[in-house]
Amino acid sequence: MKSIRNTLLMATAVIALGACAKKAPPELPPAPGPAVDNSMGQDNSNVGNVAVPGSQADFLTKVRSDRILFDLDRYNVDADGQITLQSQAQWLAQYPNKQAIIEGHADERGTRDYNLALGERRANAAKNYLVSLGVSEQRLRVVSYGKERPAAMGSDEGSWAQNRRAVTVTID
Amino acid sequence: MRTVTSFLFPFSGENRSPERGGTSSLLDSGFRRKAAVVIAGLMMTATPAHAQLTVDVDNAGSADLIIAVPALPTPRSETTLAGTTEDLGNRISDVIASDLDRSGLFKPIGRSAVKQITVDEVTAPTFPYWQGRSAAALIQGFVRSNGDGKITVGCYLYDVALGSELTRQGFVVEPADWRRAAHKCADAIYSRLSGESPFFDSRIAYIAETGPKGNRTKRLAIMDSDGANHRFITNGQSTALTPRFSPDYKQIAYLSYLDGNPRIYVYDVGTGRQRLVTQSRNATFAPRWSPDGRFLLYSMAIGGNTDIYKIPVEGGTPIRLTDGPGIDVGGSFSPDGSQIVFESDRGGGQQLYVMNADGSNQRRISFGGGRYATPEWSPRGDLIAFTKMQGNFRIGVMSPSGSGERLLTNSWQDEAPTWAPNGRVIQFFRTGRGAVSSSVWQVDLTGSNERRLATPVDGSDPSWGPILP
Repeated sequence: MKSIRNTLLMATAVIALGACAKKAPPELPPAPGPAVDNSMGQDNSNVGNVAVPGSQADFLTKVRSDRILFDLDRYNVDADGQITLQSQAQWLAQYPNKQAIIEGHADERGTRDYNLALGERRANAAKNYLVSLGVSEQRLRVVSYGKERPAAMGSDEGSWAQNRRAVTVTID
Repeated sequence: MRTVTSFLFPFSGENRSPERGGTSSLLDSGFRRKAAVVIAGLMMTATPAHAQLTVDVDNAGSADLIIAVPALPTPRSETTLAGTTEDLGNRISDVIASDLDRSGLFKPIGRSAVKQITVDEVTAPTFPYWQGRSAAALIQGFVRSNGDGKITVGCYLYDVALGSELTRQGFVVEPADWRRAAHKCADAIYSRLSGESPFFDSRIAYIAETGPKGNRTKRLAIMDSDGANHRFITNGQSTALTPRFSPDYKQIAYLSYLDGNPRIYVYDVGTGRQRLVTQSRNATFAPRWSPDGRFLLYSMAIGGNTDIYKIPVEGGTPIRLTDGPGIDVGGSFSPDGSQIVFESDRGGGQQLYVMNADGSNQRRISFGGGRYATPEWSPRGDLIAFTKMQGNFRIGVMSPSGSGERLLTNSWQDEAPTWAPNGRVIQFFRTGRGAVSSSVWQVDLTGSNERRLATPVDGSDPSWGPILP
């Protein structure tokens, strides 16, 4: 199923490239993987249904939260974040074959390159804490989005606080 | 583009060898006919003594010099691949006027407000008419089809009050490159009257943005310095960020999430192919070219720690230039390639540091309040532009030693300055509070003449390439 979807996306990409640029790259980019285009927010579409055990939907219903938040310019996992990551580690222990991506994010009040580095720091801080709780490092990958994918759209302290985050996304 | 190296006569297509004797002999001998004479390489100053007619670059935005730009006549309107030579003469006039207007130093009077000149007038202006239009300076020229498919564009600058010629240049281009001839003409006039190096005939790489704030589509795009000849390079499926033209414009280094991870790719403009700069599994970002185009600087995060590396563009072993536990990121070479200014939070917040190109002798240069980021060394070498974060995000400059800090803009979020090739204009992008969209802006080194550069969709991460040859 997924390969069909990717094929369709590739076809769309060919059309889009042909339409917009004379010298488009002959090497077409692959369709974005799940790390690019999904899962930035809580997926509640399965609420009311019983999620398949071990799925991302199951993860979202079982853990305290899929994300931890950080203070301004900080990347240490605070007490609240530790409790959240402990619940994630328990779930990951229950499904030892599941892998996860930890996405690191920063708020918009920083410069682009620095925020990419800051997102890396935050994702790694979450990853390292999960590893300290016994999750195998091999199961965890990090990716920084810097300030590219805010979860809250405002330009205010409340929004920025929600955007300084590390989000764990399990791979179905 | 070829600059003309011999006398070119618009009527006959006849080519005569120039008497290589300099200005006066050219004027005396060559101009007797109605021929327009085009000189190359020689930035001629036909009137040596007075030189009063200048613009003050430190007063940009005052737009005090009124300059008339009538349409460029053609000896015989012929059809080219880019339209008739008559039509090209109109469009070239418009581009010259637009360039000069954008510089903030001139107040152009466009062709719609003045008479259509004849080919004969190109080298013999009717100065009383232009005085009557209050013009202090006058640009005249011609467009001629050469018969070999190319066109010649002649470009002359006159001091109206003194009734004398100040400079002339000629350019032989493919008709499709007519805008470049116009930019070269505007550059010649700008340089002659300001004493500064040219910058109009250059290109910009940037990121075109569309879509909702939480999931922006970001495409690599390029355009001329005035926004023309716009072209999208990537289709937006993968987020693209922070492009930089190579010094020869043949390649663009930029960040893409092509495989889901942030990595630097080098895109070949000619072939459309691209490749990863390093095969590392780690995140790489903030690409920067060395002035000679042989090396790339990039930042790489390993286990959350980001350092700056240098690698030969064609591949090879990366050299790690910083090794602290803090975030070291970005970096910009001095024009002679001997030093690098970069950003680091090793002392707490983000500040600017300078090191030798081999990573030695790292020292902090920013000591004002607030945080400093995205340093870019001026192509003239005399200044470093940066983003200062203290309340608002503002664009500023300081000397390479950190002295003489000046802030040029004041808005909610101005970010990521890069330099025009002549080091006079700084380009950045601006985002309003609560706004989804960002836009490309330019400001003069003095902080005046701040203006938005129109782009087809929203824009960010603009970066200027060098002046085209």
